This record gives sequence, C-alpha cells and structure tokens, in this order.
Amino acid sequence: MDLAFTKEEQAFREEVRQFFRDNVPPDTRRKLVEGRHLTKDEMVTWWRILNKKGWGVSHWPKEYGGTGWTSVQHYIFNEELQSYPAPQPLAFGVSMVGPVIYTFGNEKQKKKYLPRIANVDDWWCQGFSEPGSGSDLASLKTKAERRGDKWIINGQKTWTTLAQHADMIFCLCRTDASAKKQMGISFIVFSMKSKGVTVRPIQTIDGGHEVNEVFFDDVEVPIENLIGEENKGWDYAKFLLGNERTGIARVGVSKERIRRIKDLASKVESGGRPIIQDAAFREKLAACEIELKALELTQLRVVADEGKHGKGKPNPASSVLKIKGSEIQQTTTELLMEVIGPFAAPYDVHGDDGSNEAMDWTAQIAPSYFNNRKVSIYGGSNEIQRNIIAKAVLGL
Amino acid sequence: MDFDLNEEQRLLKESIDGLLTDSYDFEQRKKYMAEKGGWSKTVWLKLAEQGLLGLPFAEADGGFGGGGVETMIVMEALGKALVLEPYLATVVIGGGFLRHAATDAQKAAHVPAIIDGSKTLAFAQIEKNSRYDLFDVSTTAKKKGDGWVIDGEKFVVLNGENADTLVVTARTKGDRRDRSGIGVFLVPANAKGVTKKSYPTQDGLHAADITFTGVEVGADAVLGNPEDSLALIERVVDEARVALCAEAVGLMDESLKTTVEYIKTRKQFGVAIGSFQSLQHRASDMFVAAEQARSMSMFATMANDFEDAKERTNAIAAAKVQIGKSAKFVGQQSIQLHGGIGMTMEAKIGHYFKRLTMIENTFGDTDYHQRRVADAGGLI
Repeated sequence: MDLAFTKEEQAFREEVRQFFRDNVPPDTRRKLVEGRHLTKDEMVTWWRILNKKGWGVSHWPKEYGGTGWTSVQHYIFNEELQSYPAPQPLAFGVSMVGPVIYTFGNEKQKKKYLPRIANVDDWWCQGFSEPGSGSDLASLKTKAERRGDKWIINGQKTWTTLAQHADMIFCLCRTDASAKKQMGISFIVFSMKSKGVTVRPIQTIDGGHEVNEVFFDDVEVPIENLIGEENKGWDYAKFLLGNERTGIARVGVSKERIRRIKDLASKVESGGRPIIQDAAFREKLAACEIELKALELTQLRVVADEGKHGKGKPNPASSVLKIKGSEIQQTTTELLMEVIGPFAAPYDVHGDDGSNEAMDWTAQIAPSYFNNRKVSIYGGSNEIQRNIIAKAVLGL
Repeated sequence: MDFDLNEEQRLLKESIDGLLTDSYDFEQRKKYMAEKGGWSKTVWLKLAEQGLLGLPFAEADGGFGGGGVETMIVMEALGKALVLEPYLATVVIGGGFLRHAATDAQKAAHVPAIIDGSKTLAFAQIEKNSRYDLFDVSTTAKKKGDGWVIDGEKFVVLNGENADTLVVTARTKGDRRDRSGIGVFLVPANAKGVTKKSYPTQDGLHAADITFTGVEVGADAVLGNPEDSLALIERVVDEARVALCAEAVGLMDESLKTTVEYIKTRKQFGVAIGSFQSLQHRASDMFVAAEQARSMSMFATMANDFEDAKERTNAIAAAKVQIGKSAKFVGQQSIQLHGGIGMTMEAKIGHYFKRLTMIENTFGDTDYHQRRVADAGGLI
C-alpha cells in the first residue's frame, strides 16, 4: 500500500496544470468559478484547444485518438481539469456515444463519427429519458419502424441536455414491441437537423436553460445509422452508463468550490468578523472537507484497482462514488448559500451574461444551489444507486 | 499509488484471520470473557507464537519490523472477531512509547517480555477533567534524588486491571494545561503507592481507575524528555487512533455482513425482510458509510508516516471523524435492522455496536476531532 504518486505522475500533474494555465481562456475560467453558464462558442473553443493538444478524447483507445494514459494519469487529468477549473469534455460525445461507436459500431461508422466527436464538429445529445420513462428507462416508447432503407422515428424524449446546441442525437428506440421490454430496444443515431425533429426548452428552477423536450414526428433516418445489432440497444446503454465510473464523483469540482467557499467566507462578515471565524460554520465546512477527502480516497482506490486489475470487474466501492459525490456537491452549494446570507435573494434579471457587475459575486450562488439538486437525480438517481448496491453488492 | 497488500502482508492477513477463525467465534469469546481478568492468556500466547505481539518492533529488538499497514491488518482482524485481548494497550500504545522513546536498556527490560506474551502494558493518561486533551495533566512527577515521585489520579485506564507496567503521563513543570512540562514514566503496576479500582467496560474490556500516592520510581523510568514529551504522546496516541480506525473498519465489516445475512433470512409477511426497499436502502447506506470509513482508515495509516507532525495529526483527526460518524451509523442501523433480537445480549450484533460506540469516545470523539480539523484550516 502506498499513497504517494510517482515522480513521473507528479511531473505529469505539473504538465497538465501548466497547460491549463497557458491555454484555458481566462474568461471561461472566471465564469466557471462564479458558477455561470458558458456559451456554446466558449465551450467548443476550449474543447478544440484540448483536442489539438491530443487530450480531447484522452481515455479512448490510441487508434481512435486516445492517449494511452494509465488510470492514475486519467485521474490526475480529470482532477486538475475540474479543480482549475476548465470545462470538462462534452460527455455525450466523448464519454457516451464515442465508446459505444468504437466498441459496437462498424468501420464506416467509426470513420464517420469518431473524429468529428473528438473535435466537436458535431455536438451530440442523449435521447434516453422519456416523460413516462425515467428511472424505469426500459419502458421507453419512442418507436423506430423499418420502412425500406429507412427508420421512421416517432415519439418524445425529455431532459435532453443542451439539445439546443446539438447536431446529432443518439437515441434509444423501440424496434420490437412484442419482445420483453429490455429486448426490443435499438441504439440509433441521427441528425438533429432532420425533418420532424422539434426541440422545446425546459426552464429549470435556477432559471436556466440546460434541458429540453425533443419531439420526433415521422423522422426519416438512414438504415445504416443503427449502431451494433438491432434490439441490442439496452446492452449498449448499460455499457455506456457503466463506462464512466470514476469521473462521476467530481472530486475536483467540489475541491474548487471549497476553495471558493473559503475565499468568500474570509471576506463576508457575520457578527462583525469574517464568517470563516464562526466556529459553527467552520466545523460544518470541515465536516464537508472530511467527507470529500474520504470520497477522494475511495475514488483513488477504484482508480488504482482499475489500473492493476483492468476495468473488467468493478470495485464494489465504485458504487459509492455517485451517491457521495452528488451529496458533497450539493453540500458545497449549500455552504455557499450560507456564506452570502441575505445576498442570496436578488435575482439577476440579466441572467448570467455578467452584465450586472454589482451582482457579479453573488448572482449565481442561489441558482447554482437550485441547479445542483439535479446531481442526485441524473445519471441514475441516488435511490436507484442504492438499489444497485443492495442487489449487486450486498446480494439482497 | 497502490492500495493492494503485498505478498507478505497477504500472508499476515491469512495467518491472523486463520487463527481467529479457529479460536475466536462468538461462543469462545464468551468463555474468554469469563476468565480471570476478562481475556484469554491462551489466545494471547497464540498471538505471541505467530509473532503478532512483536510485529511493530524493530528486528534488532527482536521484532518483525512491521509498519502501519501491518498493524492495520491486525487491528482490522481483531475488530472483525471482537477480540478482548489487550493488543492496543500493550503492543500499539505501550510498544509505541518504547519504540519511539526507550533507551536500549529500557527496551531490553520490556520489549522481549511483550513479544513473548509474558507481560502486558496499560496507558494511564485520562484525568478527571482532561477529557481528550493530551496536554491537560495534573498528575505530578517530582524529582527526588536520581528518581521521581509520582502523585495523581488516572481514569479509565484500558487494561489497567491486568497490566504489569503502566505508562503514565505526569507533569514535571508548569500548570495543568501547559503544553510543555509533561513527562512519560514507566511504572510497575505493583509499585508501592499504586492503588487500583478495576471494572469491566461497556464493550466487555477491562479498565481501572488508578491512584498514584507518592510512587517512587528510578531515573530509568523516564521515557524521553521528562520536561517536554507532549510531541511523543501525540505521536503515540495518533498511532493508537489509526489502530482504532482499522479496528472499527473490521467491526463495521462484520456488522454489515451479519446484518445483511440476518435480513436475508428473517421472514415477515411471508418474505425475507431484506426484500423490502426501505431496508435495502438502509443497508446500502451502511455499505457506503463502511467504505468511506475504510478509505479514511487507509488514509490514516499512510498519514502516520507523514513527516510533518501537523499534517499527520490533522489527517488522522479527519479519519477519526469519518470513522466516528460511520461507526455510529453502521452500529445503530445494525441494531435497527435486527429488530428486537438486536437488543439482546445473546445476539452478537449488540456487542459489535457497543465496541464501535466506545471507539468513538476513545482518544477524541467526532466533535473533538472535527473541531481540530476546522481549527487547522481544513484539509483542502
């Protein structure tokens, strides 16, 4: 047992850090620190810088543009990225559909899609959830019918993150209504510009527009856009969801936020002195930091395990990451709320474009708190995670 | 970075697990508890035979030169089997003081007898109002000729009832809460002026309140610097905290396992109660708590070797917080999920809960350590 990083790993961390210092646009960083939303341009600009460096799809196999890094290097890269902070790669392309395509797609599909995912020439979104199919995803109803050399797609998806920017969607569609529910689903990709696709924004409680409803009305999709085998889509979906086990803890994000809490708490006064000097507040913050340290160690255990024994058999501790990671992220946003006290209230009608400088430092704190309630809901709610632990780990 | 055990460590784990599987089931434990002093001399000698009592001592002193990971492995196993024998008091704490501060002559006088199982130690530190502050010492040691005279009262001295040698903290200079002026003394338990009030503890161990009245010891009783040994005490107590974290992990593992087995077999409404989602989620939360505790136990084990004492003690304090919280949750929920049977002395789960509970209140509870981490400016 050895907690220390090797000299090479430390040098790698320094290299990554230096690259971020030199290349992340300062305004992009500032907006992330303040909890603001980035424009599509700001995100794409950064991702292309990353891709040019060869780090855009770091965890892909080398033949498709990956780096061949060790698990520990991936961990270091992610931690530095999250805590710098810089925008994380677009998960829908890089972490979700990309690995499905290079694992289950045919050569033509790999050639066509993978380089465009890496360079974000296509912005991808995820067509999984439906109004009646959230945690019970396999009950989905969106239908793809084969007609000649086309799929005809009808139905509705929801919670489609950043679909307003998307060029492509990967979609779970029912292709065999007579089969048991998991067995009749296929994984189909198509253009969001197709005729019959309608995107309708959903405004979330923070006032933001991240998610959408997407409607399909007789959308025609070429037959070759099926990934893998017909009616095997559920397997690919499970593969996709199980693929990103360690990033989900978002330890770097929470670390960055704790630094921000400390910074603000040493400036904002309570009882005539900085709130950081208030014992009750400080202990609450310490409690959160300790939880985060434990989570970081749990994540390192999973990372080290993957590095040594491969990704085949997941370490049971990996199921802790989503639950604890989301809880801690939520706690950090609560602590920020506590720091700013009454100044949490003003609602910035300018949104998050930064044009109202007087409100700059507080404007996004309440919205960020509201917005972060999502993290224990998405990606398999924490209740679903508990079901998974009970069944897969404890054998209940 | 590596969290796996190496080959030797795996063998150590197998060996102690094997020994305890053979000689420490819940029924056997009851018998040991009824023996004189409340633990089994036979088991103690078996631990000695396997070299476990000499584990952390240097090879030059007749030990095996084991480090923090080796102690973690042993403590986890002892926790899992709910072992009564005074490993913490004798090997980890008593041995810790000897390893860090003893002269060759002091080592020769004590270490071989610890290793062969003929002698046990106890740490007399807690005072009436000191609570968890290690520097809060009213017991005095006054110079007399070459030696010292010790006066004062110590409470809840674990293994104090049975120990042959007491490791006593006493003030040689200054006021009650001064950080300097504290010494550490090796006092024979049968020395003139030592009186003991012994009792069993809530978790089935044995302790004593010990009064020192004009107890005279020689110059060779002093460990380290008699006027400035707080750093030594903090160092050894940190090691004890790390060991307790590992013991608690073993206790939590066994509590969770026992509870999951119970809810798989206990039937109500015609089905196993483990099929109910409310119980499944509770068990999942217990698993999460136990894993977080395991991570911090490993962190504490590694932090024990940090060169910077402040960083070391802060990390170990953080671990003790996590262990305290996890232990409380896992312990309480183990009883809850067992239902009525969990309330009985007859079922083993309650005994795990009681040991977990006492660990939280040993060498600083959750609030105490959380405050220390907060005062140190956190971890990030």
